[in-house]
Amino acid sequence: MIEIIASFVKQAIIQGIPLLYGSTGEILTEKSGNLNLGIPGIMYIGGIAGVIGAYFYEHAVEVVNPFWCVLIPFVCSVAGSMLMALIYSFLTVTLRANQNVTGLALTTFGVGVGNFFGGSLSSLFGEGGSIALNRTGACFKATLPFADKLGLFGETFLSFGFLAYLAIFIALAASWFLNHTRAGLNLRAVGESPATADAAGINVTKYKYLATCIGGGIAGLGGLYFIMDYIGGAWTNGGFGDRGWLAIALVIFALWKPKASILGSILFGGLYIVYLYIPGLSRASQEIFKMLPYVVTIVVLIVISIRNRRENQPPESLGLSYFREER
Amino acid sequence: MAKTNSMHHEPLIRISKRDGMVWWKGWLVRAAAIVLALLVCAVLIVFITGVNPLEFYASMIRGSFGSARKLWLTLQNTAILLCIALAVTPAFKMKFWNTGAEGQVLIGALASAACMIWWGNRLPGWLLLPMMAVVCMAAGIVWSVIPAYCRAKWGTNETLFTLMMNYVAMQLVSYCITYWENPAGSNSVGVINPNTFGGWMPSLFGQKYLLNILIVAALTLLVYVYLARSKQGYEIAVVGESQNTARYIGIDVKRVIVRTMVFTGAICGIAGMLLVAGTDHTISINTVDGRGFTAIMVSWLAKFNPIVMALTSFLIVFLERGAGEIATAFRLNESVADILTGIILFFIIGSEFFVSYQINFRRAHKEAGIKHD
Repeated sequence: MIEIIASFVKQAIIQGIPLLYGSTGEILTEKSGNLNLGIPGIMYIGGIAGVIGAYFYEHAVEVVNPFWCVLIPFVCSVAGSMLMALIYSFLTVTLRANQNVTGLALTTFGVGVGNFFGGSLSSLFGEGGSIALNRTGACFKATLPFADKLGLFGETFLSFGFLAYLAIFIALAASWFLNHTRAGLNLRAVGESPATADAAGINVTKYKYLATCIGGGIAGLGGLYFIMDYIGGAWTNGGFGDRGWLAIALVIFALWKPKASILGSILFGGLYIVYLYIPGLSRASQEIFKMLPYVVTIVVLIVISIRNRRENQPPESLGLSYFREER
Repeated sequence: MAKTNSMHHEPLIRISKRDGMVWWKGWLVRAAAIVLALLVCAVLIVFITGVNPLEFYASMIRGSFGSARKLWLTLQNTAILLCIALAVTPAFKMKFWNTGAEGQVLIGALASAACMIWWGNRLPGWLLLPMMAVVCMAAGIVWSVIPAYCRAKWGTNETLFTLMMNYVAMQLVSYCITYWENPAGSNSVGVINPNTFGGWMPSLFGQKYLLNILIVAALTLLVYVYLARSKQGYEIAVVGESQNTARYIGIDVKRVIVRTMVFTGAICGIAGMLLVAGTDHTISINTVDGRGFTAIMVSWLAKFNPIVMALTSFLIVFLERGAGEIATAFRLNESVADILTGIILFFIIGSEFFVSYQINFRRAHKEAGIKHD
């Protein structure tokens, strides 16, 4: 029994990590007042950019060096997803386009780019077949050397690749940044009331751009983790599924607090796979169980709006473009 | 004096709102954006495949107009997209950001499939089809009114709520598919009533999509009149401009929100019926295929004018089908259509800025100096 629970917790964490990256990135973005519905697309880009980087590296050298093997996809992934977030920021902040429309277009574009290059990268560059970057995947999956000597505890909590721990670290760092630094305070001010922040001398445009781009970069790592660590370096079209939207749901569930989203991500990861662990479920009731993360999010959304406590609300100006000369 | 002037910092670029552009100028800007986007797309495709750019545009046009069948498919897709865009428009006009059209249409489609499966072979068509329309509308309304009610009552964020409802709808469809799957184990429903055509919408003059197109044309007129000529449409416009003004002149904002979303849900339900009973005759979680999201862009691009929406939805369908044709013609992965659509949307979205704002460059220093003295 204890083994089953331990394996469930481990799987829940594995499923939760991409969501944690996505939601930490989206929290930073939303704190600046930008509701970036392009996160699912950005996470696809994060995955495929890493794949492209690793593909060229693996084909350029005979023997892979684990250091480059991790660094190149990592940098590609962050750069690709930051570029996507830059498109979003340019359109919504500089050109003041509608955030919902821009975000949805970004998702269409990102998923398209991901599936296009994922499906035809090897045929574009002369070889057929699908992509399998096992060597890169192995580097990303590498765990602490003593993890398997610590029994069940090591198996459950220490058997992940480095990206899993990085996700938790980034979430903690984001939480500290938002609540304990001057820049974090300014960022929150921008998201609550850009006009007030502007009057106080805060550069609203700069904060919106930086928060959205860095947030996008973090979210993209979720895609990288999924492809390299969870899948082990192979790309399947649409394999990432609806995890991007779940990450946005997790932002609400965590009440815009990165620390809360760590536990939230594990819970969501658990809800995502719980149907595999309940014995005797028919296929039909499995589908009902897969509804759980979304239903839970809806319930949370309603409850926070009924209780109406100020510290649990979305940023006041979320979804609105700011134009100084607007009355 | 001169010193203060030189220290006075005037930014190179200053942006101000236009009072309003002559309509044809606005359309010129948008058309320029589309041309520019098509150029970028051609460069991209030529870069990837090395084909002749003229061939690129030729296959784009072939995708929509290449044959009678393709033309009908284009019209049919335009009609469905337009129908969903019509549904989301009233809510958008009052700044209710409904991202849940995908789910609202899907639940209408599910209701339609259920009617066809349960009653398709038992009831005559003249009774079944109107009944189906009512059931589908009711299903769509349920999906749209729940978020609308919470928004009106407690101020729940509607963008996120409606977004989550999409996935609940998808899981509900997956759930039903496990009961309806045919053949067993295929995890798909297959064509419903393939021999009896129970619950299928009839062909007119031998064209199976004509009825769909006519229904959507009628709906377009209806929504146009509703928004532009009716008292309720006026209330929607006021609520969209300013909720405070609306309250001040005695409009019950909460009632308008719920009522408008009933309208949205009903039309989404009809769109679902047109998709299942009028087009696919089957159901899957991909029945709506992202149109609920694309419709948002269609409506927004047309500035919420139903007549213009007929054009913008045709434009989007033309681009998508053209991109699809390019994918087949040059043996590319079909996702290339999404990439091209995305690029074109970015350009159109960006072009709106140049319609509603103007850029003032820093004037010559001397002139500025006189002004500031």
